[in-house]
Amino acid sequence: MSELTQLGVKAIRDGVAAGTFTAREVAEACNEAVAAAAELNAFIVTTPERALEAAGRVDADRAAGRELGLMAGVPIGMKDLFATRGVQTTAASHILEGFVPQYESTVSSKLWDAGAGMLGKLNLDQFAMGSSNETSYFGNVSSPWRKRGSNAALAPGGSSGGSSAAISARLCPAATGTDTGGSIRQPAALTGICGIKPTYGRCSRWGIVAFASSLDQAGPMARSVEDCAIMLEAMAGFDPKDSTSLDMPVPNWSGALEASLAGKRVGIPREYRMEGTDPAILKSWDDGIAWLKDAGAEIVDISLPHTQYALPAYYIIAPAEASSNLARYDGVRYGLRDLPAGANLQDMYAATRAAGFGDEVKRRVLIGTYVLSAGFYDAYYTQAQKVRALVARDFQEAWAKCDVILAPTTPNAAFPLGEKLDDPLAMYLNDVFSVPASLAGLPAMSVPAGLDADGLPLGLQIIGKPFDEQGVLNAGLAIEQRAGFTAKPERWW
Amino acid sequence: MSVDRATVAKIASLARIRLDEDALDRMVPELNTILGFVEQLGEVDVTGVEPMTAVIPQPLRLRDDVIDADPLTGGGVREAVLANAPAAEHGFFGVPKVIE
Repeated sequence: MSELTQLGVKAIRDGVAAGTFTAREVAEACNEAVAAAAELNAFIVTTPERALEAAGRVDADRAAGRELGLMAGVPIGMKDLFATRGVQTTAASHILEGFVPQYESTVSSKLWDAGAGMLGKLNLDQFAMGSSNETSYFGNVSSPWRKRGSNAALAPGGSSGGSSAAISARLCPAATGTDTGGSIRQPAALTGICGIKPTYGRCSRWGIVAFASSLDQAGPMARSVEDCAIMLEAMAGFDPKDSTSLDMPVPNWSGALEASLAGKRVGIPREYRMEGTDPAILKSWDDGIAWLKDAGAEIVDISLPHTQYALPAYYIIAPAEASSNLARYDGVRYGLRDLPAGANLQDMYAATRAAGFGDEVKRRVLIGTYVLSAGFYDAYYTQAQKVRALVARDFQEAWAKCDVILAPTTPNAAFPLGEKLDDPLAMYLNDVFSVPASLAGLPAMSVPAGLDADGLPLGLQIIGKPFDEQGVLNAGLAIEQRAGFTAKPERWW
Repeated sequence: MSVDRATVAKIASLARIRLDEDALDRMVPELNTILGFVEQLGEVDVTGVEPMTAVIPQPLRLRDDVIDADPLTGGGVREAVLANAPAAEHGFFGVPKVIE
């Protein structure tokens, strides 16, 4: 495989700008890597021609001496949750199979404007509901990683599992992800890459297939902290078409990266030291503490007393919002229609949704419908929203003692495909460390910390104050520089 | 609280998802496992706590009261709106007969 596929976002952009290689050469190398990796099933649809077209424009702009964008010449993967004009967008669900958007999502259109090109639409858990990419209608994604001495297929994490697999397998330097309860951070951790979920509202939700609107947030996934910072700058920004979009300028995060944490306080939440957590995870957390101390930070013990209630609150709020958001799939306006002979309109709705939604989506829509139904609304939904307020308050109180929080991203390394599929609750528990920051809308990122005894990557999570992506990225950089993570999956596909 | 078969059938009907007998049998214990897990929220003292509806407090904006201020999300794009409809007829969405 070409050396060009080993390069990250910044190296490609700067190499194209300097004329070391052309954008077309990079796009061709990535297209070739994507085509050769069908076994990973990371892409639902590939769009090599789009990648070449975008590269051609960048090469022409450079030849004409025009200014090049932040992502000029960088081919990326687009999670198949972002509407892409003229290219099938499915949310990995049968109910949207064949749906071809007539418009482009705000985030993807910003990326194309910045000079990025699209390699294809990446596989994911159906409607982003899952932590292993096994709920996709289009088949499992295999992680490029394997346990030392084993050929068993491992989960790439989820829901952005196509994104994490493609980046760690060097099919693309970066990809978009979305994070509702950990869907950027958990797959990043399980595949040894970086990913950041910015503050809720930084990236427009317009044109992203909705799961739980008060939680959904897009963000970049890549192999370095700096690459994430660059791509986030291209993705973020105010959008009047999203009523919760933040009307704030986008900082120059990549330019302000600073790995010295002198004067910064890093909080270590004692409630995250949960029983049953893999000792390798706890060891990597201790490593992270030592690295941040070495970077000049002061380590402080903090308490987030409602941590254990974050996950159950999430599993009321997210399904409630999903049941409402997914009401739009009715077989009338777009997507699948199942019209049994003699069926009336109500039968058609029920048949279409039965045929179009996968089991996990049905479970969540039913839970959501139940907790919002008359007689149960207050006991479940209102109570969960109050607990959410308490989870957020815990963080607000912690900010009096610290600037960022360090915690593990996941309670375990990558698990075998199939292991948790029959036990929804076991799958949900994989998000135990990522969900609290989602409920509070805080910026949070995962960076690789090292390998466990089986040779599988582990991630560390940094959570920051609202709007302080810079603080999160800086702490991420301090870890990245000290972890010296260079491991990559051995090619078997 | 746990749900029985009749309740799950009722929820499925509210959610407009057809569940056959087998699917119902599978769904009842699965939903009860999840409901059993979220039950612990009842332990939390929420006295005086307002339910959180938005993580970043901000007022909802009103757009300018102008027709087609943004041509993309404005009107006059019937063909685009109907482009993905399973059954579009005469410029409308087609559905099974709803009035006898």
